[in-house]
Amino acid sequence: MPQDLGTHPQSGQPQSPQYLTDLCRAFAGVGVLGSHTAVGDATVIVERTALVALMTSLRDDARCTFDVLVDVTAVDYSEFAPLMRAATSPIDADHPSGLTSATLPALEVVYHLLSMRHCHRLRVKVPVNAEDPQVPTLCEMWPAANWGERETFDMYGVRFAGHPDLRRILTYDEFEGHPLLKDFPLRGYQPLMALPTLTEYADQETYR
Amino acid sequence: MSATAAYGHVGAGTAALQALAQQAQGLGDGDKMIINMGPSHPATHGTVKFILTLDGETVDDIDIHIGYLHRGFEKMCEQGTWQQVLPYTDRLNYVSPLCNNVGYVMAVEKLMGVQITPRCSYIRMLASEISRMTDHLTALAAGALELGGFTPFLYGVEARELLYPLVEELSGARLTASYTRIGGLLADLPEDYESHVLKALDKMLTLMDKMDKLLTKNRIFYDRMIGTGQLSQADAIAYGVTGLMLRSTGVDWDLRKHQPYLHYNELDFDVILGHQGDNYDRYLCRFEEMHQCNKMVRQIFKQMPSGPVNVNDWRTVLPPKSAVYNSIEGMIAHFKLIIDGHQVPPGEAYAAVEGGNGEVGFYIVSQGNGRPYKVHVRAPCFYAMGVLKKLVVGGMLADIVPTFDTLNMIGGEVDR
Repeated sequence: MPQDLGTHPQSGQPQSPQYLTDLCRAFAGVGVLGSHTAVGDATVIVERTALVALMTSLRDDARCTFDVLVDVTAVDYSEFAPLMRAATSPIDADHPSGLTSATLPALEVVYHLLSMRHCHRLRVKVPVNAEDPQVPTLCEMWPAANWGERETFDMYGVRFAGHPDLRRILTYDEFEGHPLLKDFPLRGYQPLMALPTLTEYADQETYR
Repeated sequence: MSATAAYGHVGAGTAALQALAQQAQGLGDGDKMIINMGPSHPATHGTVKFILTLDGETVDDIDIHIGYLHRGFEKMCEQGTWQQVLPYTDRLNYVSPLCNNVGYVMAVEKLMGVQITPRCSYIRMLASEISRMTDHLTALAAGALELGGFTPFLYGVEARELLYPLVEELSGARLTASYTRIGGLLADLPEDYESHVLKALDKMLTLMDKMDKLLTKNRIFYDRMIGTGQLSQADAIAYGVTGLMLRSTGVDWDLRKHQPYLHYNELDFDVILGHQGDNYDRYLCRFEEMHQCNKMVRQIFKQMPSGPVNVNDWRTVLPPKSAVYNSIEGMIAHFKLIIDGHQVPPGEAYAAVEGGNGEVGFYIVSQGNGRPYKVHVRAPCFYAMGVLKKLVVGGMLADIVPTFDTLNMIGGEVDR
C-alpha cells in the first residue's frame, strides 16, 4: 500500500545562510557562541548546554524544518594554526562567556543538518574540552545519530551522554586510543582482537 | 558436534545444522539461538559481521559489526597534499569511484572559490553517470546471484564490463579512476568517445532487457523481494538514509534535482520513486535509474560545450608540460603545486554529490596551507547500515540476503 506522502519534501523555500544563523541566535540566545556563512555554508557554534534545545527547535520550527541529521563528526584543532581558528570558528566579540577563537577548547563536535522540505543545510559545531569531551546525545531526536555518534566516539573519544549503545564501531573493543586525534601515532601496535567462543557470545550481554 | 564446528556460518533454512548448533549451545526447543553470520560470508558481498539472535528462523535481534575494511582513510588524508587525497577517494565506493572523485574536488574547489569550466562540469556529470551505472549494475547482478540467479548475474557483469573500458578510456584505470583534478580533470575526453559510449550503452540496454525478462516477473525472485526488508518513510528520514533507498520509500529527494550541482539543472530526467520501500521497490528503482542515466548520458553529449577543461590558473591546475620544461614560471608553478600543494584558504566546507548509494558528502577543514587539516566523508552506506536492523528484525533469516544486497553496502565506504 502506498504510504502517506504527507512529508513530501520541497514544499518550502530555501532560506539564506544568514537567515539560518540569525534563526539559531533567536532560538538559543547567548547559547550561540558565534556563526559564519563562509563559502555559503551556514555555520553556528553553540555551547554544549544549549545543543539539545537548539537542535529540537531547528528540527521542529516550520521556518527551517531540519528533518535529516546528515552527519556527525568532530575536529581536533590541537595542532591548528591558532590565528586561523577564527576562519573556522569565529566567536562573537562581546560574548558573555569571555571565549575567543584563540581560547576555544581544542575539540569540536560537528553536526550537519539538512532540510529536505526547504532544501537548505546548516552546520552546528559544539566546542568541547579535550580532557573531558562530553556532549549530550541526539539519538532521541534522530536515530541517525546513533551510528554517527558511535563513530565520533571511536575516532575522537567524544562521549555522548545518554547514548544507548556507545561502543566502538570502526575499530574493535580492544583497540587503544582514538585514531583521529592529532596526537595518535601513525605507527605502532594494537592489541589483537579476542576471539570469543560461541558460549561466550551467548553469555555476554554486550554482544546482544 | 563441537562448539567450534557450529561456529561457522549457517546457511539459510538449514534446519539440521540449526538443530546441531542449538544442541551445541545447550539450548532446548523454543530457546533463542545466537548465530554468527560473516565476516566472510558468501552471501554478504562485503566484509561485515552479523550476530543474529534467532527464534527458529525468525530474526529476533541483529548486532551489526562493521569496520573490517577500516584503513584509516581520514587519517591518511591528513598526511599528504590536497591533490594526494584523490586516489584514496577511489577506494571509498570502489564500484562508483568517479562520483567520489567529483565530490571531493567539489569540496576543495568550494573552499578555494574555484569556478570550473562548463566543459569540465559536463564531463564530470558524464563520468558520474557512467559510474552510477556500474554501481547499479553491480548491485543488480550480485543481488540476482545471491538469490540463485546465475544467468542474470552474468548479463549484469557483462554489461558492467562494457562500461569499465569507458572509464579506462577516460582515466587509464578500470576501477581506481582518480580522474578529476582540483580545478579540472586529468584530461579531456579521448577521441571518438561519444561513439564508444553510445555503442556500449546500446549493448548494455539489450543486456538489461535480458536481465529484466529473467528477473522482474520471475515468480521466485518476486516472492523473495516483495514485502521483505521494508523501510518506512519516517524511518528512512530519521535514520539519515539517502539516495535510492530513500527514494524507494517514496520520498522525492535527489541531490541532482533538488540541490543541483554541476549542470544537472540543465538535464531532463526523472527522479524515480518507489512506494513501499521494500526490496522489490529498490530493485525496480535501481533498474529504472539505469534508464535515466542512459538518457542523461545522451543528453550530456548533445549539450556538451567545447572549450578548455581546466581552469586557466597555474595555482590551481598543473601547467602544461611544454610550459614546465621551457619556462621558469611553468616549472615554478609545477613544483609549487607538487611540493607545497594547493594553497587552500583557511576555513571549512561541505560539498555533497549524489553517489551510487546516496549522498556522498565531504567535509574539509583547512588551516590555510597545502595539506588538509581534516577530510571527513559522509558515507551513504554507513547510515544505510545503521537502519539495517529495522529492515531485518522480525523477518526471516534468509531475507537478510536480498535486503543486504538491495541496500548495496560497499565496505570501502562504510569502513573508510
